[in-house]
Amino acid sequence: MDDFIAARSQMALSLGFHIIYSCIGMVMPVFMAISHYKWIKTKNQVYKNVTIAWSKGVAIFFATGAVSGTMLSFELGLLWPGFMKHAGPIFGMPFSLEGTAFFIEAIALGFFLYGWNKLNTWFHWFTGVVVGLSGIASGILVVSANSWMNSPSGFDYVNGKYLNINPLKAMLNEAWFSEALHMTIAAFSATGFAVAGIHALMIYRKQNVAFHTKSFKIAILFGAAAAILQPLSGDISAKGAAKRQPAKLAAMEAYFHTQEYAPLVIGGIPDTAAKKVNYGLEIPGLLSFLVHDNFKTTVNGLDKIPVKDQPPVAVTHYAFQIMVGIGTMMMFIGILYFIALWKKKEWLTKAWFLKLFIIATPTGFIALEAGWTVTEVGRQPWIIQGIMRTSDAVTKMPGIQYTFYLFTFIYFTLSVFVIFLLKRQIQMVPELYDR
Amino acid sequence: MLYIVILFLFASITLYFLLGGADFGAGIIELFTSTDNKHRTRKTMYQAIGPIWEANHMWLIITVVILFVGFPDIYSEMCTYLHIPLLILLLGIIARGTAFTFRNYDAIKGERTQNLYNHLFIYSSFVTPMFLGIIAGSALSGQIDPTAKDFAHAYVFSWFNWFSVAVGLFTVALCGFLAAIYIVGETDDVNDIKRYIKKAKVSNIAAVICGGLVFIASEIEHVGLSHWIFGNAISLVAVIAATLSLILLWFIISEKRNRQWIRLLAAFQVSMILISVGATRFPRFVIFKGGGSMSLLADHATSNTINDLGIGLLVGSLFILPALGYLYYSFRWKDR
Repeated sequence: MDDFIAARSQMALSLGFHIIYSCIGMVMPVFMAISHYKWIKTKNQVYKNVTIAWSKGVAIFFATGAVSGTMLSFELGLLWPGFMKHAGPIFGMPFSLEGTAFFIEAIALGFFLYGWNKLNTWFHWFTGVVVGLSGIASGILVVSANSWMNSPSGFDYVNGKYLNINPLKAMLNEAWFSEALHMTIAAFSATGFAVAGIHALMIYRKQNVAFHTKSFKIAILFGAAAAILQPLSGDISAKGAAKRQPAKLAAMEAYFHTQEYAPLVIGGIPDTAAKKVNYGLEIPGLLSFLVHDNFKTTVNGLDKIPVKDQPPVAVTHYAFQIMVGIGTMMMFIGILYFIALWKKKEWLTKAWFLKLFIIATPTGFIALEAGWTVTEVGRQPWIIQGIMRTSDAVTKMPGIQYTFYLFTFIYFTLSVFVIFLLKRQIQMVPELYDR
Repeated sequence: MLYIVILFLFASITLYFLLGGADFGAGIIELFTSTDNKHRTRKTMYQAIGPIWEANHMWLIITVVILFVGFPDIYSEMCTYLHIPLLILLLGIIARGTAFTFRNYDAIKGERTQNLYNHLFIYSSFVTPMFLGIIAGSALSGQIDPTAKDFAHAYVFSWFNWFSVAVGLFTVALCGFLAAIYIVGETDDVNDIKRYIKKAKVSNIAAVICGGLVFIASEIEHVGLSHWIFGNAISLVAVIAATLSLILLWFIISEKRNRQWIRLLAAFQVSMILISVGATRFPRFVIFKGGGSMSLLADHATSNTINDLGIGLLVGSLFILPALGYLYYSFRWKDR
């Protein structure tokens, strides 16, 4: 395996796993704090049990998220020293703030996990809220560092030199808001659906129904609401990509030829050599409308971009289709849940209804990974859009393929362990909380 | 502002050593505890480090962030030539962090799984500080050779040499020493206290021996460590202070005396060692074969970045330090 491909694969793998651990680690504390609040207000023991059970999940995911995050902070340098050398001082601001947020989160988690029966009730609750808030803040800050790679600002690039560096301006680059919004909502919908799905399964199996029903409700309220909001934020992101990264947008849509009434292509198999999409469903004018709010306006296609600056079209297009397809489906499931909640209470206990959520368990994370693929692969061949090529950033140390194999092994083992531990936690619910 | 950033860098490294290092030491002590006492020791250790565990390791993140934001050239050189030891360090961090949490949060405490977590925890507690020491030793000893033509000289012998390995062992011994001293104050059982004091003394002797090894290795590799230390006033004072505190420690360590003082003394001693090393090479942070070096005062990011980083760190510490202080107070002080 080529060192460059190995380094890219290792980075993709590390981020791909970290994104799951960290999304769950930042959203579950919010669920936990809600349940904790309900317990303090109602004194219903079930809520306390749910809070404790979830806090164990939080501890497991925080630990894996923390180590995989530590790994990433090193991997940035180990794999891309050429990038970090120049980018570090420019986009480091969100990282240093993220360090603070992460630190606060670790402190608050220590208070929360070990504070039962020791701390003042409301202070204890507050520490749980801080875990959630600082987790979300960390997420937003890290995404803002990533958005800088898509939309570099806060410096002047003159003759290969990075001058007049302004870290604050770099942090608040044009893309930060849309990316942070999209990612945060995605974290809530993916985690909400995943947690809800697991509890739905337990309700379906008629185990600890009271416990799992309360858990299900908290998780799906967030998941469903986020899934319904997500298309709106997706629209903001797509418009931003059209403006700042036309190559990415064109690859997402497999849109080869610049034209008026630009069509939206749904599905299909892109043929890069022939510059067309086979078997796709074309809706004329819709892409123009989505990007410019006007069916007629011209949208620039891949033909406007030099071949050496084009991202891999097929991967970006497929990933985008998967993300949008699943996202739309989740939105409908979310709407269905609110219909059930307000109009059709009887659905909530029906087998078909529960099965729907059981099947939907992994969907959010599949969409999340697909979306991450779109944003990262769609930026290629650049590591800093338009400024530095990924191939110029890679380490000169040979043999990266071996570290890639090693990391693949580690991440899979780690995930097997996490799934194993969660399974055991759920398995023990009757014994731990049914007293 | 540059000096504030450098101060934060050294403070983070020191705190990581004193707090995270003691966590590593907890695993090292476990490794050298007889099977009969392992369970008790583990329980005491867990009570001691459970609530503050994650926070202790955040200092490493802060260190790394300061390096790559403020000193990107130094960071990328280290990442390139010390890729392999950094990788092994990472493996240790992953295994430790997860094993520690997993053994506590596995809902079913099965013997085989617990054994697996314990083994992972114990061995990674040894490997991680070992490689931290190796990385520090390699960066400061002038073994990194950017002109090397082959893989082994560029990426292996930069860290795989007598001096770096000796520093690694010395680091492990110091971590064990810190943990042993800290844990003396964690229990009220007289037998346990006696046992831990013995451990503290043994690990202290081990640290002194490893320290000697570092000097011997420095002669073998022509690092010139004694020359550095005796040629620099601050280092010399720090080394003398460390030695005096060592002697004092041996005098006052006992079952009945104020055990908080012993902790402070041990922490002081280790800090003095770090200061002595830092001062000899300051402002150089990475030294290459043939005498070239990278300096904290020269190879830093532009002043805009350093200013913003410094402000970020100052503001961050306004949040972190009180919260951290209260965490320690709530779980480490109020309880006893």
